[in-house]
Amino acid sequence: MSENKETFTEKKSTRRNFLKNSGLTLGGIVLGGAVTSLVVKNNDGETTVADSHSSHGAETSNFNRALMFFNIEQFLTVEAAAEQIFPKDENGPGAKELLVGYYIDHQLAGGFGSNAKEFRQGPFLKGEPTQGNQSAILNKDLFTMGVAALDAEAFKLAEKKFYELEEEKQIELLQKFEADEVALNGATSKQFFNLLKKLTIEGVYADPLYGGNANLEGWKMKRYPGSQMSYVNIIEKDEFVEMEPKSLSDHQ
Amino acid sequence: MAEKLPKKDVVIVGVGWAGGIIASELTKKGYDVIGLERGKDRDMADYLHGHDELRYSTRKEMMQDLSKDTVTFRNHTKMTALPMRQYGAFYPGDGVGGAGAHWNGQTYRFGPYDFEIRSMTIERYGEGKIPKDMPIQDWGITYDELQPYFEKFEAMAGIGGQEDEGPMAPPRRAVFDKNGEKKKYPVGPMKVSPMMKMFMDATTELGYHPYIVPTANLTEPYTNEDGVSRAACQYCAFCEHYGCEYGAKADPVVTVLPVAKQTGKFTVRPHSTVIKVLHTDGKASGVVFRDTITGEEYIQEADVVVLTSYVFNNVRLLLNSKLGKPYNPETQTGVVGKNYCYQVQQSGASLFFEDKEFNSYAGAGALGAVIDDFNCDNFDHSDVDFLHGGALRVMQTGKRPIATNPVPPIEGLPGWGKEWKAATLKWYHRNISIGGQGASLPNRYNYLDLDPTYTDEYGMPLIRMTFNYHDQDKKLSKYLAEKAEEIGKKMNATYIKVNGLELGDFNIANYQSTHNTGGVIMGNDPETSAVNSYLQMWDADNVFVVGASAFPHNSGYNPTATVGALAYRAAEGIEKFIKEGGSLV
Repeated sequence: MSENKETFTEKKSTRRNFLKNSGLTLGGIVLGGAVTSLVVKNNDGETTVADSHSSHGAETSNFNRALMFFNIEQFLTVEAAAEQIFPKDENGPGAKELLVGYYIDHQLAGGFGSNAKEFRQGPFLKGEPTQGNQSAILNKDLFTMGVAALDAEAFKLAEKKFYELEEEKQIELLQKFEADEVALNGATSKQFFNLLKKLTIEGVYADPLYGGNANLEGWKMKRYPGSQMSYVNIIEKDEFVEMEPKSLSDHQ
Repeated sequence: MAEKLPKKDVVIVGVGWAGGIIASELTKKGYDVIGLERGKDRDMADYLHGHDELRYSTRKEMMQDLSKDTVTFRNHTKMTALPMRQYGAFYPGDGVGGAGAHWNGQTYRFGPYDFEIRSMTIERYGEGKIPKDMPIQDWGITYDELQPYFEKFEAMAGIGGQEDEGPMAPPRRAVFDKNGEKKKYPVGPMKVSPMMKMFMDATTELGYHPYIVPTANLTEPYTNEDGVSRAACQYCAFCEHYGCEYGAKADPVVTVLPVAKQTGKFTVRPHSTVIKVLHTDGKASGVVFRDTITGEEYIQEADVVVLTSYVFNNVRLLLNSKLGKPYNPETQTGVVGKNYCYQVQQSGASLFFEDKEFNSYAGAGALGAVIDDFNCDNFDHSDVDFLHGGALRVMQTGKRPIATNPVPPIEGLPGWGKEWKAATLKWYHRNISIGGQGASLPNRYNYLDLDPTYTDEYGMPLIRMTFNYHDQDKKLSKYLAEKAEEIGKKMNATYIKVNGLELGDFNIANYQSTHNTGGVIMGNDPETSAVNSYLQMWDADNVFVVGASAFPHNSGYNPTATVGALAYRAAEGIEKFIKEGGSLV
């Protein structure tokens, strides 16, 4: 077993670094607080190890940056997929840097993941397109299935995990999911894709209190001022007024 | 066995605008009133720290919890209705304040044509103009008769508007005292933003008659006749789906409910869901309700039972209580569930301006400009195949970033990835919309009844909606969409995306409007209506059913002012009934 693992990790520097740094290779003994750093792969394919406690300037610790739903393999694939939906570009950071992966993780761990405010009584019948979503599948299960399918398709394509694929291949696979060309158990890959896109946009633009929109960078990019108390002085102005965004934590 | 609570003069089911107005009016007169509200209690403290798009807009914090109760839906009677499992076409409110806590505050009156739609249509075009499956009917009250009640609502809420709205808006009287002068509105209109000005200039050039949308977002500090003082709107852009942290948006929580509570005669009981109205021989004795936290069942007896919950629940309570005759679309007999209407909201134009950026992150729920030139019977319908019409407006309610990522209709533009991201960032501030709000006229096959399969958590059948868009709606939608495009061109937009040219089947998955109406409609004739013009039931004269459920059709205007006016009239009727008894008409 350990030999196989060694061979597998040998060809994947990303995975190897992660495992080394996470402490998961220590004979299966997971140390307390093992995941203290993460691998960040930038768009040039360079791999760096970023300390999760120091990547936000003045902010010395972000204890929110930890997982409550995904395992680390799932997480890396989610992050990579979200990054393709909302990539880093000359306008600013992408989903990964905005911590959208953590946002999605936290949402799926909570009421939204379990469809808490939705009507769940059966019978669950197929219905007409005009009757809305009639699926019995919970958001967290649809998402987990979708992530597994992304990895399975990546393996078929290149014997890799989704997050290890080159950018073009990741895009190609996501297009395939969007076009509904991949079968999921009881769901369509488009349903998963739509949920991925929805949660990615939420993670980019929701108040940072939910774990994404890191350092308000999502709002800054969009020149959205967040939570301001008054626009009474600018509402009649002809020119565009830009201002430093505020979050809900500014109003505590 | 349900515990019996001490009897009250009046029990109100649902504490939103209708319930709040009735509670306030009757407690001021000294009557004992209890309000049963299935959601939570609310006060201003609930509105602080509320600028949270994810919690309120995306996850619908203030809306009904669908896990407990929803509607089932089908387009026509051959389909099996299925539950609306997640939010889509409309967002019924929940909790004290109801939809009045999370509305935008656009406060138009319905027009004179609305209240006498059948008579006026026949008079102008002849009976043949009305399609055979369209049971439009007069409301049993005229605009002039309802006018004093509109004025009461507007004075209470501090509605603001333009003194001279032009010839198309419903006519108004100068009755509001302001610094020794008589005005048509209690307070002035909202400010005019650049996008509103562009719309007003373009529509004026086209020969139409724009005016500033009447607003319940208070435009200046205001104290009403009950002594309630509220602060002015700050244009902070969080109205729809949100409570107002300034109390500037008129909301039962900051207007009528404190007045009712101050009398010492009003009790609100939150987390109390009413299951049934108890009645024998055309007389109600009270209601059965359940405490949603403990599950305990109670009986609240009262001399008068007033149903003031949302449209769906007003109808459902009557049907589950076997009160009133259920409507049958085949025989067209019965009344409860009849004339369920909606609105035609898809038509409009999304405009993109290469060289212009708007501060559209700022705004207010009722900040906008409108034309009524194609609303009601304000234009000649001789050459068109539909009746009534709709408003066209530019609203600046405040664009929030999760919900709003518009891109122009450019061929080949993807829906995600680098190019899409760049486009959404570029066009976010360069996009405005002209929205149509079309009237919804009844069709005999659009109705509400009880679902045979699905129930709520207490085993009571859900309401079943059978609804589709018909020729009337499709032609109206196309007409409004073409007008919106014309205005968009006049405004010199770089790209125009026209919506609603082809209105398909009603789809419950896509948000359209929370302006659901009908089902317990008012009128002059017990054969064709469920309540009279005081919203008193023909079949049980100590039961009043108040709200947009009383509309025999829905107009091209937002419904709240008309709900408010009818609630004031119902309050007057309830008092008269308590004193004199019997049918009020």
